[in-house]
Amino acid sequence: MNIVLEHLTKRFPNRNKKLGGEVTAVNDFDFEIPDGTLVGLLGPSGCGKSTTLNLISGLEKPTEGRIYFGGSDVTSLPAQDRGVGLVFQSYALYPHLTVLDNIKFPLENLRGADKLTKEEMNSRALEAAKLVQIDQLMERKPSELSGGQQQRVAIARALVKTPRVLLLDEPLSNLDARLRLQTREEIRRIQRETKITTVFVTHDQEEAMSICDLIVVMKDGEMMQMGKPQDVYDDPVNLFVAKFLGTPPINVFSGKIKNGMLYIGKDVILTSFDLTEDKDVYVAIRPEGFIPDPNGPFKCEMGRLEVMGRDVSIVSFHDNNLNDSGLIRSIVDADDVTDLSADDIRFSLKPHKVLLFDKDTQERIRFEVRNG
Amino acid sequence: MVKTGKLKGWLYLLPAILFLGVFMLYPLFDVFIYSFEEGYNFATQSFFGTGIYNYSYVLRDPYFIQALKNTFIIVIITVPLSTLVALFISLGLSSIKPLRELYQTVYFLPYVTNTLAVGLVFMILFKKTAYSDGLVNMLINLFGGESVDFITGPYAAKMFVMCFYTIWVVLPFKILILTSALASVPKVYYSAAQVDGTRPWRIFYKITLPMISPMIFYLVITGFIGAFKAYSDEVALFGTDLNSAGMNTIVGYIYDMLYGNSGGYPSYASAAAIILFVIVLTITLINLMVSKGLGSRS
Repeated sequence: MNIVLEHLTKRFPNRNKKLGGEVTAVNDFDFEIPDGTLVGLLGPSGCGKSTTLNLISGLEKPTEGRIYFGGSDVTSLPAQDRGVGLVFQSYALYPHLTVLDNIKFPLENLRGADKLTKEEMNSRALEAAKLVQIDQLMERKPSELSGGQQQRVAIARALVKTPRVLLLDEPLSNLDARLRLQTREEIRRIQRETKITTVFVTHDQEEAMSICDLIVVMKDGEMMQMGKPQDVYDDPVNLFVAKFLGTPPINVFSGKIKNGMLYIGKDVILTSFDLTEDKDVYVAIRPEGFIPDPNGPFKCEMGRLEVMGRDVSIVSFHDNNLNDSGLIRSIVDADDVTDLSADDIRFSLKPHKVLLFDKDTQERIRFEVRNG
Repeated sequence: MVKTGKLKGWLYLLPAILFLGVFMLYPLFDVFIYSFEEGYNFATQSFFGTGIYNYSYVLRDPYFIQALKNTFIIVIITVPLSTLVALFISLGLSSIKPLRELYQTVYFLPYVTNTLAVGLVFMILFKKTAYSDGLVNMLINLFGGESVDFITGPYAAKMFVMCFYTIWVVLPFKILILTSALASVPKVYYSAAQVDGTRPWRIFYKITLPMISPMIFYLVITGFIGAFKAYSDEVALFGTDLNSAGMNTIVGYIYDMLYGNSGGYPSYASAAAIILFVIVLTITLINLMVSKGLGSRS
């Protein structure tokens, strides 16, 4: 079942009453989440991701706009009638109930025609537990489980009533690094098996990129870009999206276009492209866009070589660099690294890894590289 | 190293041990001794003999039996009722937003008000005087009932006022504890329950109640202990001659035996105090056992 958000807006009264006014947590969201996909809402803290999730779940009422589940308007439907399963960031497992009772909890709420017998409840709970592989832990209390196991119980509890939509609020943030990798694969697997339309919220771009069919990048309550993770990574619409996606982050420089050539400082780094108007721009270069090349056009001050597992990265410096860290990080082929003792290092650049952004609006300036 | 560490530990504990020993443990022990010394006299520091006569006297004293009965009635009625009422009021308080602070203050007023002053107010509410039958009787009359003498009248009426008063006095503390207990239940549990379509009663019974049950047990246990030690509330309502009012409590009986009109029987007072101690201990142990049993079951 698909989910359509139509001009969805949520404003809260300002928490600081003296300031008054309202805070817009979600501003004019207008997009469709296709049936059976895993969609990641991605953005820094406070960008309105969780609010969006709460709006979809029905825990919050939108100020404006409408929400459709599979074509039917659910905007005024309370949370319990929407058929959503929600996994909370803190899992919200009832501490006094066993795993089995926690998973059964939503089923015991069913009344009327949906009412289940004890046996049906137990078998459905066991089924959900098996799906997340916690069926040996049914008699334990949440406090006797590890973080990862609690997470699975929370997912099982959300899945047991076979929801139309599964919502996950920062599901991995309370897990350690290794468990996070494992659990995100698990979420992907469960989603594939159940084919439930799933929306999950995260501030970790790597997490979102790795398992999502689609990502929605958000900032300050605004939707910046929506698309397949790789498409958004390769083709960001603005500087924020470019900077938000990718580890190590994209390297940003102040540059300018002059006489049809792209400058960073004094270096001409690109020549044959189709932009003619002279202007100041942000030049953003992905770490994998650098190729060490003694004859390359882009000269940087050599820093150090870092070898992290399979990655070899060169840390270098440039006066026009605008990275928060103050250093340029490029991921290169170990074979290309030649002279490390020199003070300077020269790079040639892969043109499609070089992105230009308007200095004022920070919007993307697209260009074509002419061959030859 | 270990030894000096231990010595240091004892040294730090010394002031507390000294004070507790001198002002708590020794008197307790002394009371225990007195309770077996017959006819102990403070002035001469002498007694006739030792034995369990004090206990048999106290347990056969009709005033003590009356006090025992009164105390138990007060305990059995006020502890569950006040806890229940406090729970309802706390639930109400935590579910409203406007004026919550005002209500909280109002409910907390009895706690900061002097017992005797509150007693005075209750006298005005309930006491029959030459001029009026009291506010409550006016209400009863309004609905066509006969005036009842709550302060010097029938036992049931007096006991009603007593329990009403006790509940009213202990409510604020319980409300305070329960509202903070309710506030400490993470909101996310309610959100989770809401998404799962849990009905309000089930939310209360399955989530709220188990979450605040440690606080409820705490209130029940301290409530029992407090109610068994009731005395000043009775004095506030019925004056110092509680025996003739038939509203004495165990602590009142002990006090009377020590200092009252009939006073000067420290041996009997000690025996009664030990009996009270045993009762409170037993009830508390039962409470703890019950709460442990419930805790492991749920």
